Amino acid sequence: MSEALLISNLTKTYANNLQALSQINLRIEQGDFFALLGSNGAGKTTMIGIICSLLNKSSGKVEVLGRDQSTHLNEVKRLIGLMPQEFNFNPFEPIEEILINQAGYYGIKRSQAKVQAEALLKRMELWPKRLEMAKSLSGGMKRRLMLARALIHQPKILILDEPSAGVDVEIRRSMWRFLRELNAQGMTIILTTHYLEEAESLCRNIAILDKGEIIEKTSMKKLLARVSQQVLILESNEQLPAQLPELDFKIKRLDEYSVQVILDGVTITQALGALSAKGIEIEHVRSAQNRLETLFLRLTSKVD
Amino acid sequence: MWIAYKTIVIKEILRFSRIWVQTIFPPIITTSLYLLIFGGLMGERIGDMQGVNYLHFIIPGIILMTVIQNSYANTVSSFFLAKFNHSIEELLISPVSYWVILMGYVSGGIARGFTVGLGVFIAVSFFVELQIYSVFIVFTTFLLTAILFSLAGFINAVFAQSFDDISIVPTFILMPMTYLGGMFYSIEILPEFWQYLSKFNPIYYMVDSFRMGFLGSSTTDFWVSMTVLSSMIVILAIVAFYLLKKGVNIKT
Repeated sequence: MSEALLISNLTKTYANNLQALSQINLRIEQGDFFALLGSNGAGKTTMIGIICSLLNKSSGKVEVLGRDQSTHLNEVKRLIGLMPQEFNFNPFEPIEEILINQAGYYGIKRSQAKVQAEALLKRMELWPKRLEMAKSLSGGMKRRLMLARALIHQPKILILDEPSAGVDVEIRRSMWRFLRELNAQGMTIILTTHYLEEAESLCRNIAILDKGEIIEKTSMKKLLARVSQQVLILESNEQLPAQLPELDFKIKRLDEYSVQVILDGVTITQALGALSAKGIEIEHVRSAQNRLETLFLRLTSKVD
Repeated sequence: MWIAYKTIVIKEILRFSRIWVQTIFPPIITTSLYLLIFGGLMGERIGDMQGVNYLHFIIPGIILMTVIQNSYANTVSSFFLAKFNHSIEELLISPVSYWVILMGYVSGGIARGFTVGLGVFIAVSFFVELQIYSVFIVFTTFLLTAILFSLAGFINAVFAQSFDDISIVPTFILMPMTYLGGMFYSIEILPEFWQYLSKFNPIYYMVDSFRMGFLGSSTTDFWVSMTVLSSMIVILAIVAFYLLKKGVNIKT
């Protein structure tokens, strides 16, 4: 499979000598659902800005579906749809007009743009608000408007910079379903997010950016397999003993009915069996951690 | 490219039409008051200017003043706001050439200058019987003036970092140049030194030609005025294109 995005030796140094990106090399395959993670200021938005021609690179090469950005800029622009992190539309423009204008910039006739805008606004549940000014939308609606705008010219690659910031759980899940559909239809999706659960749930491959450098690039499956330790919350319907028994795993009492256990080399079944043998019956089990979050913090040296 | 250009122009026209209470209506009221006070009430005491009564003399200058102010205001406010709310990124990520962006914004400025100028012309027609000596001269002068000031507004917007920056140039440069460009008087009444100095003011050439289009008389040859205006347009267009291409205050 050929690559959707190929970045070679990409460097960006701002006028104030801040080096935002340092010799970045990255290859994203066509059809991938790719997570680009990093702390604030790691360089994610700078990288996206360069890919989408919003920022000038200092050096290096960006190729999109085999086209060099430096020599085939307009072709490259047509292949990419961007949903940026910050709201970047005119708040005093009607919602439908924003989409129709964006389509026009890509050379789509107004009559055709109206048809495409209608379909996207209906999909985003924004159709009843099409004549309202963008400023009247809630934060979540504004995000959906930007997603619709990113898709209006039917790009091959969709770049989402923090797509679900400020979006409620229900809408977020619905957005995830839509993104999975797009990906299943062959669209390459590159996602940056602070919701690590989102990246874990959606993405197949991942790169972690720290201080302008890629410190990890692998598949989500391989990355998560590195976390052998699981932290669980176990809840009982009966009151737990004040003094917990000695076990093969770490256990900590949280309150009268729940404990936190850290399993390393011990399965859940073994843990539940051991507790049962000591007279503690567990009714509910839930995870106390996000595995990706644990790894992310470890890789970016935020914890040991 | 044509569709992208048309999209920017339609967007610009819809933008100033949506806020007609701020953009179209006030200049028509203001200029009608100018005509009432300077032309109607004081004009009779002033007498004739350049061989015609004062009211007829100032009408072309006042119409052109609205064209200058509105062409400038449209591009400076629209492009600055696009920078301010980052909606300029909609254009930057799209395959739209810098010339198309520039022409689109300038055309928006021309459209607003034309709309307001026409509005003032129609308003004036209710009070005064207007005659046009040459539609060609009127239209050509209008068009070049609107292009020139739309470009100037665009350049101002590129450099502007705050809302103050988009009002400094119109207040401290554009307005004095407009008022001293022979809008209310013929430069023939000035002492020789000030007549000479007035010829360095591009607005003088615009007002003079525009007035010629209405009255049939001018103090400078029409083609000299057109050459001055066209040369300035070429210079400002190159500067504006360069700034846009370099991404000054737009791309880092």
